[in-house]
Amino acid sequence: MAPNSASASSFTSADMGIAETPTGAACPGCVALPAGNSALSKALAEGPVRKVHLSLPSIHCAACISGVENGLMQLDTVHAARVNLTRKRAEVTIDQDAEVEPLLDHLIGYGFQAFALDGATLQASDADRAARDLLMRLGVAGFAMMNVMLLSVAVWSGASDATRDLFHWISAAIAIPTIAFSSQPFFKSAFMALKVARLNMDVPISLAILLAAGMSIYETSASGHHAYFDAALSLTFFLLAGRYLDQKTRSTARSAAAELAAMEVPYALRLDAEGHTRVPIGEVVVGDTLLVRAGANIPVDGTVLKGASELDRALLTGETDPVAITEGGTVTAGEVNLTGPLEIRADAVGEDTVLHSLASLVSIAEASKSRYNSLADRAAKIYAPVVHLLSLCAFIAWMYISGGDVRLALGIATATLIITCPCALGLAVPAVSTVASGRLFRKGLLIKHETALERLAEVDTVVFDKTGTLTEGRPLLDAPEAIPATAFSVAMALAEGSSHPLAAAIAQAGRARGIAPADLTDIVEKPGFGIAANWGGKPVRLGRATWVGAEPVPATASYLDIDGAITPFTFSDRLRTGARELLDALRNDGFQIQLLSGDTRPAVEAIAKELGIATWQADMLPLEKANRVNALRDEGRRVLMVGDGLNDTAALAGAHVSLAPASALDAARVAADMVLVSPDLSHTLDAIRIGRSAKRRILENFGMAATYNMISIPIAVMGFASPLAAALAMSTSSILVSLNALRAR
Amino acid sequence: MDVLVYLIPASLILGGLGLAAFFWALKSDQFDDPAGDSRRILSDEFDENPKG
Repeated sequence: MAPNSASASSFTSADMGIAETPTGAACPGCVALPAGNSALSKALAEGPVRKVHLSLPSIHCAACISGVENGLMQLDTVHAARVNLTRKRAEVTIDQDAEVEPLLDHLIGYGFQAFALDGATLQASDADRAARDLLMRLGVAGFAMMNVMLLSVAVWSGASDATRDLFHWISAAIAIPTIAFSSQPFFKSAFMALKVARLNMDVPISLAILLAAGMSIYETSASGHHAYFDAALSLTFFLLAGRYLDQKTRSTARSAAAELAAMEVPYALRLDAEGHTRVPIGEVVVGDTLLVRAGANIPVDGTVLKGASELDRALLTGETDPVAITEGGTVTAGEVNLTGPLEIRADAVGEDTVLHSLASLVSIAEASKSRYNSLADRAAKIYAPVVHLLSLCAFIAWMYISGGDVRLALGIATATLIITCPCALGLAVPAVSTVASGRLFRKGLLIKHETALERLAEVDTVVFDKTGTLTEGRPLLDAPEAIPATAFSVAMALAEGSSHPLAAAIAQAGRARGIAPADLTDIVEKPGFGIAANWGGKPVRLGRATWVGAEPVPATASYLDIDGAITPFTFSDRLRTGARELLDALRNDGFQIQLLSGDTRPAVEAIAKELGIATWQADMLPLEKANRVNALRDEGRRVLMVGDGLNDTAALAGAHVSLAPASALDAARVAADMVLVSPDLSHTLDAIRIGRSAKRRILENFGMAATYNMISIPIAVMGFASPLAAALAMSTSSILVSLNALRAR
Repeated sequence: MDVLVYLIPASLILGGLGLAAFFWALKSDQFDDPAGDSRRILSDEFDENPKG
């Protein structure tokens, strides 16, 4: 992934705007219309615009659509906004030089979580084109199949002589161009497989379609009785339907590694003699001095030269508490600088940063996962050679029996190939996964990887991350009612101005209890330590134990000092909705459960005890998590990994199957096979249940297809198959398989 | 069987019309967001000036 990472992260939205314009230009009126007349004139007056795409994981209803669109339209830089609910995205037209971040912040204000989509956008539109292309071919095949089928019904019901020949010729005129157009995906894929001397499912499919068409043309020109045009077309139609469903369900799956790189901060502020300049991250070299403002991400690994602050490492390590940092401390790319500006010296850039080594861990793990053989692949491996051998045997046997009648032998061999052709097999997996993903979607679970459901059915061990997965990942003030009202109001006044998570928790709890903040003067935030102020002549401070001179208590805490009187405020993380139900249910079902966290020992122990998890480990590094998951795999366990942080990505990618909550970091969501959009964690259980049911349905479908072949193959090989029998058998088996798929629930 | 001379072209043309309608729907992005479109009709905002 190293070579393309730079291009992915430095991919500018301006490039995207140019590349995206043609799609919009197809219907310029439609794009500008939703904004109303004012927006239309706005767009004309202000010149160049560009399109950006936002990911909106939480939208789900009609109100969300208008909420997001109207919310975005209130911004001056926005010319048009269009939400796509199916893909949970918005396409926004903004000024050429406008930034994307304000849009995201604005939407958060409306209660919609939004993420900017960058390099991935183009890949996604490629997938769209592929889906649309398949749909077009499917439509043509469907039209042709219905018409030819009507003509065939006339032939089967007794049309003879000239009428039959005429119908056959009309069928040929419809079928041949259709096959040339609609069957291209199969021909291409079969050709690719044959080029590297391999067999895939598309080889027998292509052969059957081509042989059926060729033989039918020959039969028609010789005024023969049997033409298989309808069979060739319905084969194409049913298989394309399967292919289309497949494409639809997998279009959301994207390469985890590419987006992990795209997530890195694209710009850094470089300090030199004249002040600071904004430079692309790729141009930062080791030894540069960079300025990191409060609230910004740390761009590279480095050492702090000047300033003091606190770092939020939750995404990188899973620690709930921010870590204080002063001169000489080391910082890592991907951490968030919370309270004060920092000057750092770049010690490692680009591929040497910790964030990047995580990315390579993910790509290694992904490579190992792609070795998983899906049920469909395994079926194809058995199926393809058997079919070829059978029709070859039929051909040779009938050549011998008939004493060299090529026409008869070829006819029977073709009939065998058509009848055994995997219509039902081609629909068996996609129909089930479409139904199952649809059901899970309604429960708030997105299936991203096409084999995730099959793999989910095999799970026997569940590994959880703590912060942000089992817990909300936000500190909440313990027992706010036990704190004296005066102390609370002073603490609240101190906390209100700070963006520190503990301060925010105090302010929130205070508002909830209806406390008015005290009247303070001279409020100063001392980055890395706390906040100090003056309260009616008395010095007051809120901050770390060492700074206010307090006796530390054994919990996450902040200390209030009112002129020497200390009040500790302790915090704890709250369990996520449904976590307890999920853990109880998993235990009842006999799953082995483990908790792996990068947080401190007491915090992890408390959660493990509360949820009754016997196996847990604290202070884990990302690599250790991945190694633990790999060790479980080597023991023969099938691991479901549930996690949300950057430190989980390698473990997510390495696990047999993985799930990330929607609140997770982009990278984790992308690395995971499934995303839980619903805030209720207990839906994980539904996922496992539906996964198992889906796998049962798939196996049943294979069984059905096999039974049907066992009956039809002898008939075909013995030469009793007619075009009518082929058409009946093909349609009934496809319908049976699709109906059975509906039972996946 | 002379009636076939009219009926076969008629059936093909009618089918072709359906196919053309399908192409038009596909080209004008009507299959892009089925979930969203099914909900947009529930909102009264778009009645006078349909979006997209």
